[in-house]
Amino acid sequence: MSEILIKNANLCDPIQGINCENMDICIRDGKIVESVSENAEIIDAGGRLTMAGGFDGHTHSAGKINVGRFINPNDARRKLVPGLSGPEKRTEKTRAQVGYNTPNTYAIGYRYAKLGYTTICEAAIPMLAARHTHEEFKEIPILDKMGLSLFGSNWQVMEYIRDKEPEKLAAYVAWGLKASRGYGVKIVNAGGGEAWGWGKNVNGLYDPVPNFDVTPAEILMGLVEANEKLQLPHSVHVHCNNLGKPGNYETTIETMKMFEKVKPTVDRQSLHVTHVQFNAYAGTSWRDFETGAPMVSDYLNSANHLTFDLGQVIFGPAVTMTADGPVEYANSRLLHEKWSNQDIELEDASGVVPLSYSPKSFINAVQWAIGLELALLVEDPWKIMFTTDSPNGGSFVNYPEAFTYLMSAKKREQVISGFGQMALDRMVLPGIDRELSFYELAIMTRSMQSKMYSRPEKGNLKVGSDADIAIYDIIPGDIDPSVEHEKVKQAFSGAAYTLKDGKVVVKDGQIEATPMGRTYWVNAKVPADIDSAMQKDTDIKFKKYYTVSKSNYMVEDSYLPNPVEISTEGVF
Amino acid sequence: MPVIKDAVCSLCGSLCDDITVTVEDNKITKIENACILGHSKFVGMFEHDRIETPMIRKDGELVPVSYEEAIGAAAKILVNSRRTLSYGWCSTSCEAISKAIQLAEETGSLIDSTANVCHGPSALAAQEKGAPGASLGVIKNRADVIVFWGCNPVHAHPRHMSRYSSFSKGLFSTKGRKGRKMVVIDVRKTDTAKLADRYVEIEQGSDLLLITALRSAVNGHEDVIPQTVAGVSKEEVLELAETLKNAQFSCVFFGMGVTQSRSKYKNGDGVSSLISDLNQHSKAVMIGMRGHYNVTGFGQVATWETGFPMAIDFARGFPYYNPGETGANDVLVREEADAAIISAADAGAHFPQKAVRHLAKIPVIQIDPYANPTTELADVVIPAAVVGIEAEGTAYRMDAIPLRMKKLIDTEFKTDEQIAKDLIAKVRELKGGA
Repeated sequence: MSEILIKNANLCDPIQGINCENMDICIRDGKIVESVSENAEIIDAGGRLTMAGGFDGHTHSAGKINVGRFINPNDARRKLVPGLSGPEKRTEKTRAQVGYNTPNTYAIGYRYAKLGYTTICEAAIPMLAARHTHEEFKEIPILDKMGLSLFGSNWQVMEYIRDKEPEKLAAYVAWGLKASRGYGVKIVNAGGGEAWGWGKNVNGLYDPVPNFDVTPAEILMGLVEANEKLQLPHSVHVHCNNLGKPGNYETTIETMKMFEKVKPTVDRQSLHVTHVQFNAYAGTSWRDFETGAPMVSDYLNSANHLTFDLGQVIFGPAVTMTADGPVEYANSRLLHEKWSNQDIELEDASGVVPLSYSPKSFINAVQWAIGLELALLVEDPWKIMFTTDSPNGGSFVNYPEAFTYLMSAKKREQVISGFGQMALDRMVLPGIDRELSFYELAIMTRSMQSKMYSRPEKGNLKVGSDADIAIYDIIPGDIDPSVEHEKVKQAFSGAAYTLKDGKVVVKDGQIEATPMGRTYWVNAKVPADIDSAMQKDTDIKFKKYYTVSKSNYMVEDSYLPNPVEISTEGVF
Repeated sequence: MPVIKDAVCSLCGSLCDDITVTVEDNKITKIENACILGHSKFVGMFEHDRIETPMIRKDGELVPVSYEEAIGAAAKILVNSRRTLSYGWCSTSCEAISKAIQLAEETGSLIDSTANVCHGPSALAAQEKGAPGASLGVIKNRADVIVFWGCNPVHAHPRHMSRYSSFSKGLFSTKGRKGRKMVVIDVRKTDTAKLADRYVEIEQGSDLLLITALRSAVNGHEDVIPQTVAGVSKEEVLELAETLKNAQFSCVFFGMGVTQSRSKYKNGDGVSSLISDLNQHSKAVMIGMRGHYNVTGFGQVATWETGFPMAIDFARGFPYYNPGETGANDVLVREEADAAIISAADAGAHFPQKAVRHLAKIPVIQIDPYANPTTELADVVIPAAVVGIEAEGTAYRMDAIPLRMKKLIDTEFKTDEQIAKDLIAKVRELKGGA
């Protein structure tokens, strides 16, 4: 039995409604408890800001990121954020580290932990290559992990939707999650991956997918029905059609509206729309490009069925990586950049292109503003997850910098003062004076994820929850984040303490211990007759079209050294 | 008798996963679906020159010792070395590669794979221009034009054409070979070329000229193309460009004829640029024909663990990458390495003479199931189980699709992974004691 007493913590725990109150936190065997014995080890928080461990619910940290590393060896040497990037020697406690946008696996674990984050969700698992994601997970220390499996351009999915076979579709989704050890359903540019198989794209929700006689709208509605039938812990996680195109905010709002009628079968949202910054563009071309955030935010303020994340842009080098294959090819041609692509048979597409966001570019400046506008114009922080879609908008190591944009209008003004008039004319950010509190920041970085992913033991410090805790070197009452934004950034850049399952993993911004985290995956139960009918169809797919055997498709137990199986009962 | 289905063949980068193996009395007695190369690997286990026992060279002769003794001697070499080269790790599992990288990190060694003498330039090309690819099943289901450039799958990847490319049938390629145009570009009429609809013979070392001419044609700059390029007539260049542009889906498979001939990585860079240009007209991708069954896996594991795919130098305590300076042959030719550990690859047979001569001068540790020319140079020889037959583990196909190799029979030999782990433990023990 191991016990820790954190004394005099200034706790900010929105799920419990606790807003920066001084109290003690008791930990036994990795969980929060009511009380501990006199023998408990004592950590004196000294009135410093204390939150549950951060939870990044959309990050590219295992799998596709390896293509980013591979084609950008220069990134390994980038030292743009002190203490959180660039090469670091091996130590007694840590493996050697490199990288900024695409750190090696060890650095991903250590650096998230230094930020006080303890859980991450990989945003895209191509099912055929799922072993790869889990192999990288195995080498990411400290963090708990989960991943979302790609279904949005899958032949079997599209055929079941076309043929109106919702039960078999649900069975297939359940099987796919099991095969790839995924946690949820990711849909990227629905139908666009298949169109990209011919070098084409779909242009909106009602543009049919070549050869499959379904539309993106039908794919989205079919998969959400399956998702709810299976009572999955997470909602469908949608990367909208038309990403990155001026004028796409209309498609985004249209997509969000389609889900109003969906009744979730689990106590959570029925839709998560990801990296909305890239999907909140107005204008008709890059010439008259401007922010669409006010329109999207208006809609989000009126809707209660969905959550979204930002995809905030950070100035400097980034690496775009997405299953949206056509977007990456377009990026590479537009920017004259190197281009990697990986289409996956019967399933999806993907691409990787490096780029750099510059405040001197009016487009990049407006993109930067759009993320913040969304965060500040949408009133209810429980709808918003903070992300940079790392490393698409920028590396996660910049989160502390981005927090200061949210918490300090002065800091924003500093950045905005470097923009040209054309950029200023295309954004609304300069007129927004809202500044987020620590409480609101905690919601966006850990608390809302608890409900969004149905992980009640995460993102809060209630009795019974995981003792994943971050203590930051800030005394909330003594600091004005609006003015002292540099101090806020410093504090969030290296936690005074990060605890993972009640173990101190970071102290004074340095790694203390590197335990292996868990991998969550979902096993959704499906009636045997429906399952076997579905398996017959899948058998044909493997026999005729896949180049691997069905038996070699399933990710074996040995790839998940510390698995947590989440079982759900399908409603059929 | 146990019949094991869907075994993964651990010979070439095609990583065929449909092999049926019959095992009797811990011997493989029947192999179905494998090609001649794969078949030889499965049966060769019992016929070829296995290293039967760990050995240490004493007075010029390799003398049998225990595993413990061999690992102790190897660890001593590693601890006493100031500049160790760790090379190979491509005919083994990702799990072993991961441990090899950890060993290199802990000993401040330089670690490199067989890509150093193979597809290394393809990695450099990808770092210049990216690598637009696809999984092999995408080719099977969609491609109507297939180009083999500087590779000879009939001999090097015998089932490639039937499983993944020329002859395979899929959803949009129901006619198989009949519905496809197959082009071979090479310096001599190989057996693969004999099967092609169009064989384009080029002058040796002139690949980049032809690639550039094709790009000019694809991009509408016919006028700059001379009457003959790389020994190919302008007319033929234009026809080939039209074939590619008018394809629904084309794939360029490229081999060492592209990566290791004159212009090296610039050839791959050119192919990548050509693919990008072609996508203005139709869908096109490129895939490298990787040789060792898990050389792709080495690149993957090394990239996620160190940030770099090959030629990784840990001398500074963190990974440093500069191929040309930190490649296996670079440190050997410069006579810089003072010890080497060579595993699951054969530097003795494949390296240039100057590099091999230096290997002969320094202590060499070999980890391998089979005796080969490297054994003749080795001072410590540690026999290993054959991965994919006697040991399980992960391997990445040439298109970066990971597969789980099965253990088919039992063995007394240690796995590469276990040997690497033992070496890490022994090195720690020796360093701790010092």
